[in-house]
Amino acid sequence: MDRYITVPLSDEDARSLHSGDYVYVTGTIYTARDAAHKRMQEALDRGEALPLELKNNVIYYMGPSPAREGRPIGSAGPTTASRMDKYAPALLDLGLKGMIGKGKRSQAVKDAIIRNGAVYFAAVGGAGALLSKSILSSEVIAYDDLGTEAIRKLEVKNFPVIVVIDAEGNNLYETATAAYCKE
Amino acid sequence: MRTINVEEITKSVKEACIEANHFLSKDVEERLHASAKEEEAPLGRQILEQLEENLKIAGEDMIPICQDTGMAVIFMEVGQEAHFEGGSLTDAVNEGVRRGYVDGFLRKSVVKDPILRENTKDNTPAVIHYDIVPGDQVKITVAPKGFGSENMSRVFMLKPADGIEGVKQAILTAVKDAGPNACPPMVVGVGIGGTFEKCAILAKQALTRPLDQRSEIPWVRELEEEMLERINRTGIGPGGLGGSTTAMAVNVNTYPTHIAGLPVAINICCHVNRHAVREI
Repeated sequence: MDRYITVPLSDEDARSLHSGDYVYVTGTIYTARDAAHKRMQEALDRGEALPLELKNNVIYYMGPSPAREGRPIGSAGPTTASRMDKYAPALLDLGLKGMIGKGKRSQAVKDAIIRNGAVYFAAVGGAGALLSKSILSSEVIAYDDLGTEAIRKLEVKNFPVIVVIDAEGNNLYETATAAYCKE
Repeated sequence: MRTINVEEITKSVKEACIEANHFLSKDVEERLHASAKEEEAPLGRQILEQLEENLKIAGEDMIPICQDTGMAVIFMEVGQEAHFEGGSLTDAVNEGVRRGYVDGFLRKSVVKDPILRENTKDNTPAVIHYDIVPGDQVKITVAPKGFGSENMSRVFMLKPADGIEGVKQAILTAVKDAGPNACPPMVVGVGIGGTFEKCAILAKQALTRPLDQRSEIPWVRELEEEMLERINRTGIGPGGLGGSTTAMAVNVNTYPTHIAGLPVAINICCHVNRHAVREI
């Protein structure tokens, strides 16, 4: 089913999305990948505030290539989400509502998604040029020294993603692969 | 003896880094196009069509095909009658990578130390494989490798008694474990034989062979064809979201090995199977 949603993602919208839905996302999302997650975890361990508000927000696991002049961003496709599995449950428990990446998640992440009524979306891996066309602006808001791994605030319009794990714990990677398996 | 100034090497490496990250070779593009027509799953077809559109945008607008513009893997076939002037050959190759990634708006994804992890900010150093060959020419193959798929690659030190069945199981295990993480449809490079490191290099080299070119060794060709068919029956599909196009090709390279061993390496590459070649 095709859905159009705005972000930040409301609790109701998050719960209404189902594994397999094709979703066009419009609004504000934040990028963070390996190094930024490590720093956020260290900040939490020290009892410090995070550089972004997590409540009802969506994190995109992405580190872009540099923007050419006059463009908001370079190539901007998803990175493998499982490298953030170590950090994701704590962020979900603090209010993070959605994650955009690609690839499998751990049981601990799936449990945290169900516990918090959140959603894991996949964007098409290796389609960074195409996906960049749905990003209207990009601004580094934290950890500038990390280069491509800095935290960026993105304004997106009809950014295409697919619901992989929904708030009930259904997982499209498992169901879709089984549906086409001929072994 | 032919004298080559290393500045020529730098220039060629720079161009090849930029070309490889914006344009796929014709065989890869054609295979992707054919897959989009053959795919059974509606969502799978939609994803493959998006990958075709992505390629078009990349070339027209000069936006890298994938934001992970890779670590630069470079195969250098150096004619033994070539002589280099103007400085170190390895430095010249790395300078080409530096200029390609900085001037070409490519992502800098290399950290100086695997544990301390400080970005080198120019994507150097490259991983360079030198081969000394007859003649006075230099052939440079630049193959930027993304790490979504690199992380899913494997080396198995099988026993001779495991035989061809062991090899097949090793390939299927690597592909199934990779699943959606490796951005399918994948290209599967396999190295069989040699030693621990040799089989890994064979697998990496296999990824640079055209997708429509099968091995000349009969049993290897049969293995390539059988494994492609079996991988495409797993159901993983484009993006790992279900379908009949999980791999676009299985390329297998082999080498003599020791009486006690059967090393097998599986180097998985995503659909952005990049390589650009320059001959000097």
